[in-house]
Amino acid sequence: MRPTFAFDGRDLRFQPGQSVGAALVAAGVRSWRTTRRQGRPRGIFCGIGVCFDCLLTVDGRPNVRACMVPAREGMDVRSQDGGGHADPPR
Amino acid sequence: MIIIGAGVVGAACAWYATRAGLRVTVLDRGPVAGGTTGAGEGNLLVSDKPPGPELDLALFSVTLWRALADEIGGFEYQAKGGLVVGRHGPSVEALEKAARGQRAAGAEAVIVPADDLQTYEPYLASDFAGGCYYPQDAQVQPMLAAARLLAATRAAGARVRTGVEVTGLMRSAERVVGVRTAAGDLPAGAVVNAAGTWAGDVAALAGVKVPVSPRRGFILVTEPLPPTVRHKVYAADYVDAVASDDAALQISPVVEGTESGTILIGSSRERVGMDRTLAVDVLRRLAAAAVRLFPMLAGVNAIRAYCGFRPYSPDHLPVIGPDPRAPGLVHACGHEGAGVGLAPATGELVAAALSGQSRPVDPSPFRPERFG
Repeated sequence: MRPTFAFDGRDLRFQPGQSVGAALVAAGVRSWRTTRRQGRPRGIFCGIGVCFDCLLTVDGRPNVRACMVPAREGMDVRSQDGGGHADPPR
Repeated sequence: MIIIGAGVVGAACAWYATRAGLRVTVLDRGPVAGGTTGAGEGNLLVSDKPPGPELDLALFSVTLWRALADEIGGFEYQAKGGLVVGRHGPSVEALEKAARGQRAAGAEAVIVPADDLQTYEPYLASDFAGGCYYPQDAQVQPMLAAARLLAATRAAGARVRTGVEVTGLMRSAERVVGVRTAAGDLPAGAVVNAAGTWAGDVAALAGVKVPVSPRRGFILVTEPLPPTVRHKVYAADYVDAVASDDAALQISPVVEGTESGTILIGSSRERVGMDRTLAVDVLRRLAAAAVRLFPMLAGVNAIRAYCGFRPYSPDHLPVIGPDPRAPGLVHACGHEGAGVGLAPATGELVAAALSGQSRPVDPSPFRPERFG
């Protein structure tokens, strides 16, 4: 049985060692963020941590790069609208 | 005339010279804003300048930037004001004394008591002893500013040629009468040296000395946030760091938001030549200093950093005007960290000198031959 994390509330299987972004792409998810101004879809672009396009929210923390975070059993991954911060952090 | 340098200073010289009726060609060996302009924060600061010629130039320049924002626009001009804060009684007293002097010289400065600081900046740390608000401080996106100025200048008839390196100057006896480039010789009635941190090399082509040297600075950029930091906010010791002649590393926090939501965190100063190596210890100290101003930043991601080289001149004043040692050569360089702010006033001075109009401010403190 492969491990899973939650993606927008559903279980998503991953291979140990995969990044969150790789697991999403392998599961057929191509986009998980919308741009701040025009709401356009974004997913993996550079895949190596440089472009900050593949941002999503992991365990409540927004603007995490999907390509840089190793997938872990039980993590709560959510797609993200825009900048991810509704209010400035306190 | 030919302007060497397509940074914000060269762009402003081109704009005002074209408006004065001169035929202008701008050359740059790299792209537009490829040097220090592209590595700046876009500060238009009155607040950090003591009474004197640079403050006079800055006061003139902030009015010109406002006019350029109306007339050209498209470069994220924000008349946001600056807030300088002091942590202890003595630094606040020094701040108030400086503000009185600046007011006497024509700047606007409002003393802000400690319990009023959070009205200006709700997220500011609560342990500051007081501060001063400077409504004339403003901000532009410097790369856009250079690009928009150059686009408007081209629309008015000037030429802009990037990727063309000046390799020598054409001379007729003492006079500079054009430039030599890999793309051929270009004769000109005047040559403007707006080469920023590399201006000393251009001056050397004419056999004159302009002692501009690089002073490195890093900027840390955060993830975009909802509006959090409203003004340009910096600690009182910034002014001392700017005025210092020390070559060793100095960190003085300057924090500001941008139109795109990112927060820019400066400032570091060190004279280490043109070394572009990413200095993690400098970034760490910048981040720590910024968190002392705005504790909420501790929970914010930094997403990138960049560095650039301020064109440092030994007396901290820019080098502006015709060079009597090489007639035909006009300098517009050596602005250190204030080049974006002082660009329009510099452009007006250069255009006035070349078109024979009266100078809008006294240019004598900036004369190129003052270093001997």
